Amino acid sequence: MRQAHSMVGLFMLTFKRDLVLAYRRKSELVNPLIFFLIVASLFPIGVSPEPNFLSQLAPGLVWVAALLATLLSMESLFKSDYEDGSLEQLLLSPQPIFLVVLSKVAAHWLLSGLALTVVAPLLGVMLFLPAEGMPGLMLSLLLGTPTLSLIGAIGAALTVGLRRGGVLISLLVLPLYIPVLIFGSSAVQAAVTGLPLDGYLALLGAMLALALALAPIAAGAALRISVSG
Amino acid sequence: MASKWLPRWFFQLASPRWCYDFTGKLIPWFAVVGGLLLAVGIVWGLLFAPSDYQQGNSFRIIYLHVPAAILAQSLYMLMAIAGAIGLIWKMKVADMVAKSVAPIGAAIAILALATGAIWGKPTWGSWWVWDARLTSMLVLLFLYLGVIALNSAIENEKTAAQSTSVLSLVGLVNIPIIKYSVEWWNTLHQPATFTLTEKPAMPAEMWMPLLVMVIATYIVFGLAIILRLRNEILVRERRSSWVKALLTR
Repeated sequence: MRQAHSMVGLFMLTFKRDLVLAYRRKSELVNPLIFFLIVASLFPIGVSPEPNFLSQLAPGLVWVAALLATLLSMESLFKSDYEDGSLEQLLLSPQPIFLVVLSKVAAHWLLSGLALTVVAPLLGVMLFLPAEGMPGLMLSLLLGTPTLSLIGAIGAALTVGLRRGGVLISLLVLPLYIPVLIFGSSAVQAAVTGLPLDGYLALLGAMLALALALAPIAAGAALRISVSG
Repeated sequence: MASKWLPRWFFQLASPRWCYDFTGKLIPWFAVVGGLLLAVGIVWGLLFAPSDYQQGNSFRIIYLHVPAAILAQSLYMLMAIAGAIGLIWKMKVADMVAKSVAPIGAAIAILALATGAIWGKPTWGSWWVWDARLTSMLVLLFLYLGVIALNSAIENEKTAAQSTSVLSLVGLVNIPIIKYSVEWWNTLHQPATFTLTEKPAMPAEMWMPLLVMVIATYIVFGLAIILRLRNEILVRERRSSWVKALLTR
């Protein structure tokens, strides 16, 4: 365990552990992706299958579906560690809790946000998103989903001690997701109409930088409160 | 607990008993001044202020709408700051203030939205418009509701207060981001159709009563918060001897 004494060591250790744990429960990995696909297919069925109509809605729909899928997967972020007591041990470690949160979110994003980004073009095709919009969709999701995971981690940390945190976490987190949704879907919209994306991507990047710096602090504080309570 | 750079009353307020006594002395002042200003503001605004040359008398709802909108934002700040004080200095009273403010803030946000809708119907022709200001007020209401939901979901009082404080601080950081992103989003999708949000140079006869109403609502809802806070203090301190003595008296 010498590795765990350095800060990078702790980060890597937690990161690897989370990936291994996730790999052992493969079905849980796939569930958010299936959810993503099902939600996106509800709109043509529920609203209208007309291609022109759908292609107009597509940027927003894919983003809303991605947002809900991320949210759905957020609840499990700290849950199993809380239940088996390993979260308490992590909190007792001499390294800052900031790193623990960051590495857990990084592992979580790799398996949810990045996976969503890779699957997103499929949804784009299903919803008749014009081909010009695809790069915008991928890039905006690539920059936006880590922010969603980081903000979601705060909600997950606040509700980890509750038996039924599911609906509550969406109540806490969804309003905070609105800026990401606005700039994410606007980026796709701009890509579709052939306008430059740089501004939107820069703003998404700025929000990611802010979330990277602040969200782990808030989530760490929330974890300490939830575990001690 | 003494500190060189914080005044003594700050720490005195941390004692529930002292806070209860102190706020008790404030109640008559708040009630009299707030009631007077409210009466003056309402009568002045609704009866004596000149009617708008475009909107006629329907603009008079501004005397309720604008104070509510301003107050909804101030109360969120108050809630978050009280929460931060509770987290930093571990003051129970600050936690109680944060808890008392949340439902009042949510109610005021609903009032601002409702009066906005009533005002929107005659002027814009619809109850609701996805205008930047309306949307950010709606999001503010969602933030309030999230704080209230989290507070009521956690049984342990201390954990509930601390978790809520963290959430309201996260919200506080987010409010400007939400505000500006919503404003930008709106101007992207539909360029400002309504110049209503642009403040016209209002004549003094119109904005003076508005100012009175803003101050009056601050005082009246300050009173509402004080009353809730005193209630909360009594409930939480019900096992202490001074509350028992107070109740048997």
